[in-house]
Amino acid sequence: MCLAVPGEVVEVIERHGMRFGRVQFAGVVREVCLEYEPAAGCGDFVLVHVGFAIATIDREEAARTWTLLRELGQPEEVDP
Amino acid sequence: MNYLDEYRDAKACAIRLGWIREAVTRPHVIMEVCGGQTHAILRYGLDRMLPRELELVHGPGCPVCVTALETIDRAHAIAATPGVLFASFGDMLRVPGSRTDLLASRARGADVRVVYSPLDALELARANPDRRVVFFAIGFETTAPANAMALIQARRGRVDNFSMLASHVLVPPAIASILQSPDNRVEAFLGPGHVCAITGIGAYESLAARFHVPIAITGFEPVDLLDGVLAVVRQLERGTATVENVYRRTVSADGNRAACAALAEVFDVTARSWRGIGAIPRSGYRINEAYRAHDAERVFDVGEIVTREPEACVSGLVLRGVKKPSDCPAFGNRCTPQTPLGATMVSAEGACAAYYQHGRRPRDGEPA
Repeated sequence: MCLAVPGEVVEVIERHGMRFGRVQFAGVVREVCLEYEPAAGCGDFVLVHVGFAIATIDREEAARTWTLLRELGQPEEVDP
Repeated sequence: MNYLDEYRDAKACAIRLGWIREAVTRPHVIMEVCGGQTHAILRYGLDRMLPRELELVHGPGCPVCVTALETIDRAHAIAATPGVLFASFGDMLRVPGSRTDLLASRARGADVRVVYSPLDALELARANPDRRVVFFAIGFETTAPANAMALIQARRGRVDNFSMLASHVLVPPAIASILQSPDNRVEAFLGPGHVCAITGIGAYESLAARFHVPIAITGFEPVDLLDGVLAVVRQLERGTATVENVYRRTVSADGNRAACAALAEVFDVTARSWRGIGAIPRSGYRINEAYRAHDAERVFDVGEIVTREPEACVSGLVLRGVKKPSDCPAFGNRCTPQTPLGATMVSAEGACAAYYQHGRRPRDGEPA
């Protein structure tokens, strides 16, 4: 139920006076309500749950997962 | 980079498993709160890769499983009302009520539609002004803001034929209830990452301090789950009990303020009865007075609801982490996803369905 999937905002549009985004998930594009992520724009990755963006992925925090491994001398192939 | 596949990387998982093995010196029981986490753990076989000392038990984070029987029976009664178009997430359709399920109601002529989003249900109401459209709004804090927005839009756009049967549940009171239970075995929690994306982590800091229990706010991919296990194992070994956020790319300490504002606009906190668990004070949301015209519970008088659990089933003990699905004598024989005795076998997030789907079935009389 709390399943939420990250996707990339490719266009911002309006529906019934609300801010929506066209969001791309592995080739499929869906319209997603951006009212709860008003700062999200094109190129941002948002986490989508039942048609709503509930978070914008923090790229710096995401990168930290991998730099931590590199600092510990782990294989570079892990680099996404 | 799509913020998904890289968190399924086998090497990154292997490195973390090594760190976990180094950290563990004695047995620990850890509960993952969310049904989505349970499914990922079983799907990727993480439970079988972890050191034997670590036992993962599966939490109550399956909204379909914990929705009260009374609410499900009410949904069936409303769906059977002439002129009603009843919209629901697909998961709810096969959940057994006292007498029937929504799929069987549909077969008998009720107009039951599956929607992906509450805004789709609102669209149905706009497109069918002569029908009364009711959306079955269940879910945790993750889902509640979406349902709140549908109500805000219905009121703003005067979509008077739209209402909602709301039965939202809240995670922190359920964790407190598990920890207060005399048969509790859980020593640490993998906290619900997507719930916390909405609410922030404050309530979990209070739980960690009050019950001296480590909590790692955790995501849903294998790397995320192992990060969560590593964080709580290190704490259990050290004897500390704090909240660690290992899902920082998604969860901020304060959560999503716009979503929380919408929740406050539409809902009041209320006591809820959790199926299989019982009543928990201040553990849910109900639609507030200002939105009463869109509250299906008040709009539809369906008379007194007399509930009857279809058959004794251990789902309550499974939902509290006291029993594993494979401990149940009905599991995998009398109770399967095709013939479910309880909601934990129906929902895509239920622990029993996860065990069944991912091959944790008893074979030849052996325990799973």
